[in-house]
Amino acid sequence: MLAAQLDPLAASLFSLMAIASLLLSFVMLGSRWLTDYLVAFAVQSWLIAFLSAAVGYYGHYPELYLIAILTALFRGILLPYLILKIIKRQDVDREVHERLSPSACMVLGALLVLFAFVVSSHLGKSLGLTGTVAVLAMTVMLSMKLIGFLMLVVRSEALSQILGLLVLENGIFLGSQILVPGMPLLIELVILFDLLVVVACFGVLIRYLVAHAGTSSAYDLRRLVG
Amino acid sequence: MVGHLLAVILLAPLLAVLGCLLLHRPRFVEFLNLAAALIAFLAVLRLLPLALAGPYLFWHAYLIVDALGAWVLLSVSSVYLLASIYAIGYMRSTGEDQRLYRFYALFAGFALTTLTGPLMNNIGVYWIAIELTTLVSTFLVCFELGRESVEAAWKYIVIVSGGISLALLGIVFYYWGGSFVLGATYDLTWSTLRQVAPQINPTIGLMAFLLVLIGFGTKVGLAPMHTWLPDAHSEGPAPVSAMLSGALLNTAMIGIARFIQVSDAAQLGTLPRTVVVAIGAFSLFVAALFITRQTGIKRLMAYSSVEHMGVMALGFGFGGPLGIAGALYHMLGHSLNKPLMFFGAGNAMHAFHSKRISRIHNVLSRMPISGLLWLAGAVAITGAPPFGLFPSELTILRAGLTGPYTWAVFVMLILLIVIFVGFLNHFRVMYFGNRTNLVLASAPALKKTLSLWCVVPMWMALVPLLLLGLWWPQTFSHYFAAIASQLASTVSSP
Repeated sequence: MLAAQLDPLAASLFSLMAIASLLLSFVMLGSRWLTDYLVAFAVQSWLIAFLSAAVGYYGHYPELYLIAILTALFRGILLPYLILKIIKRQDVDREVHERLSPSACMVLGALLVLFAFVVSSHLGKSLGLTGTVAVLAMTVMLSMKLIGFLMLVVRSEALSQILGLLVLENGIFLGSQILVPGMPLLIELVILFDLLVVVACFGVLIRYLVAHAGTSSAYDLRRLVG
Repeated sequence: MVGHLLAVILLAPLLAVLGCLLLHRPRFVEFLNLAAALIAFLAVLRLLPLALAGPYLFWHAYLIVDALGAWVLLSVSSVYLLASIYAIGYMRSTGEDQRLYRFYALFAGFALTTLTGPLMNNIGVYWIAIELTTLVSTFLVCFELGRESVEAAWKYIVIVSGGISLALLGIVFYYWGGSFVLGATYDLTWSTLRQVAPQINPTIGLMAFLLVLIGFGTKVGLAPMHTWLPDAHSEGPAPVSAMLSGALLNTAMIGIARFIQVSDAAQLGTLPRTVVVAIGAFSLFVAALFITRQTGIKRLMAYSSVEHMGVMALGFGFGGPLGIAGALYHMLGHSLNKPLMFFGAGNAMHAFHSKRISRIHNVLSRMPISGLLWLAGAVAITGAPPFGLFPSELTILRAGLTGPYTWAVFVMLILLIVIFVGFLNHFRVMYFGNRTNLVLASAPALKKTLSLWCVVPMWMALVPLLLLGLWWPQTFSHYFAAIASQLASTVSSP
């Protein structure tokens, strides 16, 4: 178990990056502009790439360098570029139908982080890992998961929903870098690739939504009920 | 031999995809897809008895052929064959010849991903296969590019991708739990996980199980994660609905069955199975509510899928040789019956130009033969004798009576009766309802005879379904016993 035997510098470096990623998901919650979401997501991906490299360095997992490079390329450059193209193509640049104001979202998000902390400290206690970076990684992973779902629930713009899903994935990826750095390379590569396909599919679907349903907001999608 | 068959099963649809993309001629691509379906089906039939001696591993243990997987392959490939035959008649009548090659490329690709899922030995790769089925089928759901179908596709991909990411989280937790025992790097296969499960910290094991249950349960369409299912099933073209319901759901169900086995091995107490049983019973409850008050014909079938998945979850949740046998028999019955129902619904939609139940009336006078087949299918799908779903539901009920979940048996029984009445009442109205509304009666009497392509697969589904109901083959019992002992192999230790 890597997280239990880290030197203090590495542990605090990991914590810093994990917490910074978590803060960036609050940037997404607190804004209503689509480009803000995008920038926050891109920076978050870069942080995760650095984290992978750092884990690779301190934990002696050379294959993580490759993961770091690919994460930066795919998640940090390619995905944001694809999403930027989608944003430019459509004429909506912010949330129109707010189900919940950004400030209320942030309060809810804070509660979710609290919940995630309770769950992961409970798990950490049962594993005898209290106070290590593993508990923090779990907290961040679960919080980003919950915040991603919160975004899916309260944001109705199609792009915000994509970014919500990407935050979910980022959370898992971040957590797994710290908790299971030895996860086979193949799996991580395929998941990275899978993400690219997901975003491409979403791009096509948004085009269909605008062309055939006349909207890019899930708020207007309420024909199918019952 | 097994390896060759496996290659045939996977290469046939793959080549069909490539062929469809290269050659756009509509008459050619439909037969290409049909040929692939037929070849895959025959190969699976041949594979089935061989798999009993398994498990066989291929490709650095990334592929596994075992009895359970082969059984799911049988369900999937029979749906693929039936749907491919039906698709020829159905898609010709939609007049989409220009885009037909895309439909068949996607269709064969969808079949490829659903056939791949049950063969995956590495759990991470299994997750990816399931995710890929979503991505491919989304574009089949919105193939007609109507407002509703695009809406359905959007809800489908968002809900299922979100849900299934929970399963990924669960898999990461399993991996983490295992890494305390096996070291940082290892391959997380089903058998590794089962072996290491007793040493995984129970808190992690429980949390991971609940996460994968919710995650793959979203894909299976268990309530309350079923919300995408009625939309996607009702808005896609009828052959796609049949594939979604009959093939896709089973592919995800097998994952849940295998994870139940893992949590059994981990000896986590009764909680995991109780949750599975409760979710199954709740699915039946939700299905019963929505079936009785349904207005759309394909949504009716979709909620019936929720019901059947609930029944299967109950079967796997009750466990034991009886429960597993019942669930597997139910799986095959469901895979034969659901295409039949969606084909009938597709025919009715063509005849009446509507998917609203209230617009469909006097079915037998419009489509005498396929109407009769559809009616027989409706009787079958509610679990009435003499069709295949009756013995399977009975077996599951019996399995439940012996375990600690007798409450679930009574809930299941009552809800099945409610569903029986509610479902068949819609058919009573559609077939024998006395419509006084003259406007409806004088609706454009467009007498179009159904092509043979649309009726033959209904026969091909109904006849085996009837046989399965009248006679539970002894070989199947052996097969189920083998699967059950495989699934329970680690529980026996005290």
